[in-house]
Amino acid sequence: MNILFVLLPLGLVLLAIAVIAFFWAVGNGQYDDLDSPAWRILLDDESKPPKDPKDSP
Amino acid sequence: MSEACFHCGDPLPPHPPPPVIINSQPKPVCCSGCAAVAALIAGAGLEDFYRYRTAAAPRPEPAQDDWNAWDSDKAQQPLVRKLDNGHRELVLLIEGIRCSACGWLIENLLGQVPGVQQVSVNPASARAVVTWDPAQVPLSVLLRKLDHLGYQPHPLAPGEQDSAALREQRAAIRRLAVAGLGMMQVMMYAVGLYAGAIHAGMDPQFETLLRWVSAIVATPVALYAAFPFYRGAVRDLRAGRPGMDVPVSLAIGGAYTFSVWHVFIGQGEVYFDSVTMFTFFLTIARFLELMARQRAGRASIALGRLLPATALRLSAQGEERVALAALSIGDTLRIRPGEAIPTDGRIVSGRTHVDESLLTGESMPQARQIGDAVIGGSTNTNGAIDIEVTQIGADTVVASVMRLLERAQAERPHIARLADRVARIFVVTLLIAASITGAIWLQIAPERAFEITLAVLVVTCPCALSLATPAALVNATGRLARDGLLVARADAIERLVRIRHVVFDKTGTLTAGRIRLTDTHCFAPLSTEQSIAIAAAMEAEAGHPLARAFDGQPRHAEVKAIESHPGLGVTATLNNQSLRLGRPDWVSELSQSAPPATDAAASTIIFLGDQHGLIARFELTDAIRDDAAEAIRDLRAAGVHVSIASGDAAPAVAAVAQQLDIDDWKAGLDPAGKLALLETYRQTAPVAMVGDGINDAPVLAGADVAIALGSGAAIAHGNADLLLAGERLSALAPGLAVAKRTRRIIRQNLIWAASYNACALPLAALGMIPPWAAALGMSASSLLVVGNALRLSRSAS
Repeated sequence: MNILFVLLPLGLVLLAIAVIAFFWAVGNGQYDDLDSPAWRILLDDESKPPKDPKDSP
Repeated sequence: MSEACFHCGDPLPPHPPPPVIINSQPKPVCCSGCAAVAALIAGAGLEDFYRYRTAAAPRPEPAQDDWNAWDSDKAQQPLVRKLDNGHRELVLLIEGIRCSACGWLIENLLGQVPGVQQVSVNPASARAVVTWDPAQVPLSVLLRKLDHLGYQPHPLAPGEQDSAALREQRAAIRRLAVAGLGMMQVMMYAVGLYAGAIHAGMDPQFETLLRWVSAIVATPVALYAAFPFYRGAVRDLRAGRPGMDVPVSLAIGGAYTFSVWHVFIGQGEVYFDSVTMFTFFLTIARFLELMARQRAGRASIALGRLLPATALRLSAQGEERVALAALSIGDTLRIRPGEAIPTDGRIVSGRTHVDESLLTGESMPQARQIGDAVIGGSTNTNGAIDIEVTQIGADTVVASVMRLLERAQAERPHIARLADRVARIFVVTLLIAASITGAIWLQIAPERAFEITLAVLVVTCPCALSLATPAALVNATGRLARDGLLVARADAIERLVRIRHVVFDKTGTLTAGRIRLTDTHCFAPLSTEQSIAIAAAMEAEAGHPLARAFDGQPRHAEVKAIESHPGLGVTATLNNQSLRLGRPDWVSELSQSAPPATDAAASTIIFLGDQHGLIARFELTDAIRDDAAEAIRDLRAAGVHVSIASGDAAPAVAAVAQQLDIDDWKAGLDPAGKLALLETYRQTAPVAMVGDGINDAPVLAGADVAIALGSGAAIAHGNADLLLAGERLSALAPGLAVAKRTRRIIRQNLIWAASYNACALPLAALGMIPPWAAALGMSASSLLVVGNALRLSRSAS
């Protein structure tokens, strides 16, 4: 059971990394919009290609 | 709503343009602008926008035509980021984004423009990041495209890009993550500690390890995630009004401090599990409340953007576009038709009509000529004018309205919230009970004193109490949003219940705020359609301010030699017949007949005539909204008194008041006058104000409940408690009913929370409830309260 003295601090380090990664993601604006992704998945699936080929890039 | 425009949701005019085909179904539209946008959306294969949007689209009214100014490097310099590959990146604030589907539409339509590399829109903050290749497409093309869609783009300087709301949201998400992750970890360790305690065979070195690790993980939760509670508690104590945050802080801070102390000395209980779980649940509640508030306030982001960012200054060297801050008194500015007037001034050349409806409530564009004053923030509708700057910055009319607004906000009436009052009594009782319990147990059994005091604090923890109101309000907010009433400030729902008097603004609120052709009468053999087509062609070509009334009408193709005569009307020829359209006396002069009598004071009447006599009579009115009468009837049925306070002239207001059967009306009020009137009304009963304009902003800020129209000025939104989306006045009375039900649910919740605590407190004080059981009871109580609040979401009333 002495392995706990290694595993628990290791768990803390991983936790710290997770929190730092999450903070970075928040600061990077990835959590700024919590509403549209839910809609986007519906909209993207359903949208058709542009009818007028001149309009497309 | 069958007679509403498919695109913008406005009521249809008497002669709407032909319907557009969306998904092979004909859909009615109100004007050629909406028709064009709907056709554009359908043509690009983006019809899904209409399926998934949750609010009507903005009505496209392209006004600003000088987007070309943004193509010069000089104008772009301070705002645009130049990327290494020659592409450029710009952040735009986009007005008119009302739901997530708008963001999707913008991304897809702009993304189809050749040369646009990337577009990403955040509907929550109304910001878009656009990357484009200037060699392929100029910026003005993109801005104009947005403008034509009905979304006004405002390029943002780097400093303005991070909104305060966004920073608040980011901080809340971070605290939530810390609390959530911390809680899960600490719970895991707690299971180990509990299991060890049950078997009583745990090696002390592991127990110490688990206690230390728990302490390390709980530290950021107690110090960082729970920080807003401490801040709130300090603020409440300073204000002498202890609220919910005080016992929460005491419980979290106290339990954490004692637990850390016990870890250091190596004996005694630790309560890190209770600390983290408690913090996490409360943080979730706060986060949901924040989200609901921000969602509703989305429309009001463009607050304070009343004036254009730049002005066109005339100097000896020619025209130059300068920032507003660089103007000084005496400068000469050129203002093109359709532009907003950047500051107060006096016309030195040219003549025009200015639209001051948002500033003064005047429904008709006002004629201005050399020597007349113009107000910054109003719109120059037709002729190009040069003005000499007379006031800048803090001396302008707009700035004075803003000052009035700030004063009204500072003096805003504060009806004490039910939960606040209950909470204060509750919190004080609770703190007294906890300290008495602690003191007594210190005498009886000092070693158990802390544990029992903590149990008292946790079991009676105002968790259910603190959830009672927000849970009900969040559900009521969702319910009201479905009915077309967006809640910008959650406590407005509670204030709405007390409202016994609703004051309406006229222009833009009871009426649509736009001049429309409401009546046509033909004298000559021509049909109504023909005479409208002739008039529409003449008005459109002449750029007359009343031309907007004929927007979307088919135009007669053969009308020639159109010429505008300011102050009189328009002349033209059709089949070699000379025509006049305009003031009655001027039109009848052509046929040498007596001028017809006009009596309707509330509308503008113009005539069409030729040498043989009058052809048609057009009545142009700022028409009353279709549902205004219904809304007022429903409000009266609910026992609410209704009155009108308008900045418009008395005859126009009287006509509207008469049509809607409202006896209590006041006209010709400036913002200060409206505010004073409101104060007198407030002496008798709490007052709700419904308005849309900049001139309404101070009154809105001074009202018990401020309701703004979704189409109104951004500054009016900024001061509103509630926003009428889709401009449906008829949503008011059902909103009132939902508010009443909400109050009932809040009462039930508070009574439950109080009775639960009354039962649990004695048990805890006698030491019969261990802290973990207290935490369990508290959670069950909270769930019950949330479940009760969910009943509000159901549609049956």
